[in-house]
Order: sequence, then C-alpha cells, then structure tokens
Amino acid sequence: MSIPQAMRQPPSLKLASNLFLLFWLILAAFPLVWILAMSFKSPVDAFSASAWDVLRGPRTLSDGHGLSVVDIVLGVAVIWLSIKAGTRWLVPMAAGEGTLQRIFSWAVIALGFALLFIIGFFVIVPWVAEPLNASLGPLGRPVLGLTTQHYESVWIDNAFYENLQNSMIVTFGVVTVSLTVGTLAGYGLARSGSTLAFWILIIALIFRALPHSVLVAGYLPVFINSAEILRPILGDNAPTLYGQPLAVIAVLVSINQPFTIWMLRSFFQSIPVDLDESARVDGCTHFQAFRWVIMPVMWPGVITTGLFSFLLAYNDFLVASLLLDASNQTMVPAIVGYFNRETTTTDQVEAIAAAVSITAPLFLLVMIFQRQIVSGLTAGAVKG
Amino acid sequence: MKFKTFAMFVGPSILLMLVFIAFPLVTVLVNSFQVTQPIFTTQTVETCTPGFVTQTCTTSVKTVPVLDEAGNTVTTTRWVGLSSYANVLGGDRLTRALSNWDIGAVLRIDFWKALRFTLTFTLITLPFVLALGLAVAVVVNNAARSIKGPVIFVSLLPFIITPVIGALSIRWLFYGDGIVTIWLEALFSTDLAVAANGWAVEFLMMFYRVWHVAPFAFVIFYAGLQTVNQDTLESAVIDGASRWERLRYVVIPHLMPLIVFITLIHLMDAYRAFEEVIGFSSQSHRITLQYLTYDFLQPDDAGNRQISSASASAMLTMIGVVILLAAPLRRTWRDHRGG
Repeated sequence: MSIPQAMRQPPSLKLASNLFLLFWLILAAFPLVWILAMSFKSPVDAFSASAWDVLRGPRTLSDGHGLSVVDIVLGVAVIWLSIKAGTRWLVPMAAGEGTLQRIFSWAVIALGFALLFIIGFFVIVPWVAEPLNASLGPLGRPVLGLTTQHYESVWIDNAFYENLQNSMIVTFGVVTVSLTVGTLAGYGLARSGSTLAFWILIIALIFRALPHSVLVAGYLPVFINSAEILRPILGDNAPTLYGQPLAVIAVLVSINQPFTIWMLRSFFQSIPVDLDESARVDGCTHFQAFRWVIMPVMWPGVITTGLFSFLLAYNDFLVASLLLDASNQTMVPAIVGYFNRETTTTDQVEAIAAAVSITAPLFLLVMIFQRQIVSGLTAGAVKG
Repeated sequence: MKFKTFAMFVGPSILLMLVFIAFPLVTVLVNSFQVTQPIFTTQTVETCTPGFVTQTCTTSVKTVPVLDEAGNTVTTTRWVGLSSYANVLGGDRLTRALSNWDIGAVLRIDFWKALRFTLTFTLITLPFVLALGLAVAVVVNNAARSIKGPVIFVSLLPFIITPVIGALSIRWLFYGDGIVTIWLEALFSTDLAVAANGWAVEFLMMFYRVWHVAPFAFVIFYAGLQTVNQDTLESAVIDGASRWERLRYVVIPHLMPLIVFITLIHLMDAYRAFEEVIGFSSQSHRITLQYLTYDFLQPDDAGNRQISSASASAMLTMIGVVILLAAPLRRTWRDHRGG
C-alpha cells in the first residue's frame, strides 16, 4: 500500500519519533534488566559504581563463578532452540476437541517443555561445555562473572518455595472461584436490561473504587475473633479465619468481583443475543443455553478475565500481609522481610534475587498472553 | 429474563459482595464509633526481698489486665462517638495549629500529611500519565509493523509487574549508591542522598507511578488510534492542517472518551496508592491515606491493633472516594435514564 504524498513523514520527524520510542523502551525495561543483572553478581559487583562492572562482574569472576564464551554460546543456542521448538512444534500440538482437553494438553505440553528446557540447560550444556572449555584455550576461559548463589540461598536456605506454594494456592483459588462466580453474574447482567441490573453494576463500580485497606479494616477484628463468633453456629470446630489462605482467597475474590463482572459483562455483550434465543427456541433452559451455547464461544473473554484475576491475586500485597501470619506469607509480602532486614549487601542482593524470581512468571505470562492482555485492557475502555 | 433466573445467575456474586464488601463497610462504620480495650484492674502487690536483719518489703500498685477462666484478656467495648475521628484528625494539635494559622504544623499530623501527599500525588501524576501514554501510542503507531509486537511486549512490562517489585526496582537504582544516583552525582558533581530527602523520595514515588500506569494509557490510546477516521484525517490534510493541528483537532477529540476513562481509572487507583510507600520505605517522609489505615491495622509492639482509629481513617478515606465518583456516576445515571 502506498502512502499518499501529504501523509508521508519527513526523515527528521521519523528519526525523532524512533528516538523517542527507543527512549521509552529503555525507560520501561532498564529497571527490570538492571535488577536481573544485579541478581547474578556478587554484592561487590552488584553495587559497583561502574555500570560496566555490574554487567561484567569482575569480582564474581575472580571468585570463580564465571561463564566462558563457549558457555554463553551454548546457553543462548539452547534458549533459542527451545523457543523455536515451543512455538514451531509444541503449540500446534496443543489443539484438541473441547476446552478441557485443550487446557489439559496445554498443561502437559508446558510441563514437558519446561522439563526439556531444564534438562537441556542445566544438564546437557554443562556436560558439553566442560570438555570444550578445556580444549579450546582462550575461548574456554571464563569472561563473564555470573553466580546463582543468591538464588540458591533464597530458594533453598530461606525456603522461599513455601511462599511460592502459598502464592500458588491463593492465586489458583482466586482465579477459579472468581471466574466461576463472575461468568454466571456477568452473563446474567449482560442479558438483563432491568434497572436492578443497572444498580448492581453501579454499586459494583463504587465497590471497585474502595481502597482495600478500608475493607481489611472491616475483616480484621472479625477474622481474629471468628472462632468465638462462629462457635454458636459451628460448635467447637469453629476456625480462626486469621492466617488461613482460604480466608484470603475469599477476600480477594470478593474484592475482585466488581472488576470481574464488569469485564465479563462487556465480553458477554459482544456475543449476539440471537445465539441464546435460538438455543431457547430449541428447548434449552437459560442455564443450558449458557453452558452449551454461550460458554464455548466465551473462552477468549474468560481467559482474559482470568489473567487479570491472576495478576490481582499474584500482585496483592496489602490483603495477604494483613490477613496472613508473618511466618506463613505469600511471595510478595515475604520479600518485604528481605529488604527490611538488609543489613549486609548480601542480604540486598538476595532481596533482588527474590524480586527477580517473583517477576519471572509474569514475564512469561506477558510473553504468552500479550494479545489477551491488550484485548482485556481495551475491552473496558471501548464499551465504558 | 425472568427475575428468578436472573437471581440465580447473579446470586453467588451478590452474596460474596454483600458478605465481603458491604458487610465490612458496616462494621468499619460501627467500629469507628467505638473502642475495644482490655479491662485493667489495679492490684496491690507486696514484694519482699531478704534483707540483712529483717525482710525488706515494698508494696506497689500495678495495673494488670483482667483474665477470664480460660486465661484470655477480658475486653470491653465502649461507644466513644466521634473521638476516634478527632484522634485521627489530630485533636488538640489540630485546633492549636489552626488557631495559630500554622499550616506546617497541620501538615505534620499524620492524617493531613497523608491527605496532602495523596492529593498532590494523584493530581500531578495524571497529566504525565496521559501525555506519556499518548506520546508512546502515537510513536508506536508510527513505527514499522515488524517491531510493533516486541515494542508492545516491552511496554507492557512496567504495568504487569508486581507494584511492590516495580517500586523496588526503581528504588535500587536510586537509593544508597544506586547506579543512577552515581551517574547523577558524576553529572552534577555533587553528593546526593536520595533516601534521606523527602522531596526526592516524593519525586521517585511519582516517577514510579507514571512509569507503572503509562503503559495502560498507551494500550488504550493505541487501540483508540486504530479507529481514527482516515477520511477526516485526509480532509484535514487537504485543508492544509499541519501534523500538530491534525493531532490537536482530529485525533485528540476522537480520543476524548478514552482520556476521560483513563482519568477516572487513574484517579481511583492513585487515590488508593499504597505499594509506593512499602517499596520506597517512605514511611518517615511521605505516607498515603491507604497506608495510614494499614499502619493502624498493623499490630504494635504489644500486639494491639488500633482498630478504631483504622476504621475512622478508613471512613475519612471513603469520603474522598465518594467525591471522586460523584460526577461520573451522575453522568452515568443521566445516560441510563436517557438511553
């Protein structure tokens, strides 16, 4: 397609535009790239005054943790091959009849992919690299300082996997419950034009604006004393809700509900009403029409909303830090313990390594679901 | 759809919202008017120490909490009216400061400090978010098709990342001998102590917020730019409009509903800013309204939480939300009745 003469841009404008783009990309990525680089270096390098030293890590290298040119080339090759293999062969394999099968095959493929990558990266590469390093002389000498010791101390010595486990319980619970409850409500609201539905939506909008600490101020006394409050109903097994991941799930689902129903409603509205009507003519009840006719075409919307529920639960700091015990936290509140403790620079680099560990899954998430995230962000805006 | 079917679809969601949003609001309102405290009694305790000839005995009066049979402290709940609110607002300190016309003293009271910061934070970041978002959207729209995907990927990162971690990643660039601080020091050949300077911390918190929200504005504006009417643009070209005029008079009016939308979302979210305080550890310099409530809810050294003050500050925070939402809600209601 040729661009009309008058719309064509002069080179100076093009240059300025691309320079600004470059500036924005650096601004957006630099803090994240930088903590990634710092997390692999010994503390002296990580907090070095010279940016070049932070990237190259001379001190880490002299401590005996380094990669040679051969290691780097092999590592990059394995990563590149895995990405290629993943997108070229594995993703098409994930096709299947029905949604459950598709989700299942996705899960199997993701696991298999992760396994292959781990074997390739941590077993085969060192195995191949060792003799190569010894035989290739200057190419085999370590040039880039890099150490995983901070990750080891975060994950193994400080048992960060327990926090990961809590985070996984909370996020899984929040996503499943809020989608189940939210799709039902979103469908009901999208298909009912009544004033009651309008008011429910408006009240949900007000609820969305509430600061979370306002709500937690309401739960906290009730949750701490819940054993006594619930005793008349549940007898002596009445649980203390404070410190229970289940309580956090319930709270996050409810906090998330207003947003979920607004988003799902806007997705349901984009599905023509004719579809339910023809199903109803064929003798379906409302619920059957919803389950067998609407839901199959609704999956993109559900996945998008699920992503945002996941983000809310995964990124939550306030609710978990107030409603869970300090010894039994999810990942994000747990990291505060690290940087509040930062007495030595080693502690600081460990905090950075923990931060990178928390960010890595989000990075993958954006990589895989970029399109869904963009469509979810715009869904709210376009339809109000 | 019949009411019964509607109720069955919407029921679970409504129930959750009633139990976990509406009900807590009521308890917060009630709690803000009452104080729950352990009951204390005074006991006379005689302690004796062996002396040289006779025992030395001293009697002292001690305050101890009353315990029930199970060994728990007995608490009492008193109706205190507005005194928790007065406490949060500063009480005597506030009246004294107001009678002296001393604004500085007012702003040293936690609540007013938090209010001042939250409002300036919300209002100052807003134009930057809109401007940066729009600029990036225009530039990405202008970029070659092949690089758009990766560019959008990188641009989304600041928005998707966990807010506390995002704030931390910027904190580590500046605090102490962070790399950017070192660069700035070399550039201006001065000594900078970012973490010790309240205004520097405030600037960093705003910078973080713009960095974090601009991608959201960008994605929305970018979607909006795809639907700009090309015919209008072409006729503007024929009429001799410059690029700037086309942006000003064609594109921006087209994006106006989106600008309103982003403004509304940003006001709601920035008003309840919280993660910045944690990420930048700015408690001693700058706090937000939501952090104030959070702080009251944290157990103190004796393990007590100031539920009543927390509830009062939560209710005061709510007033701001109501003011914020009044205008857009009135408009929605008019639209609903009209449409």
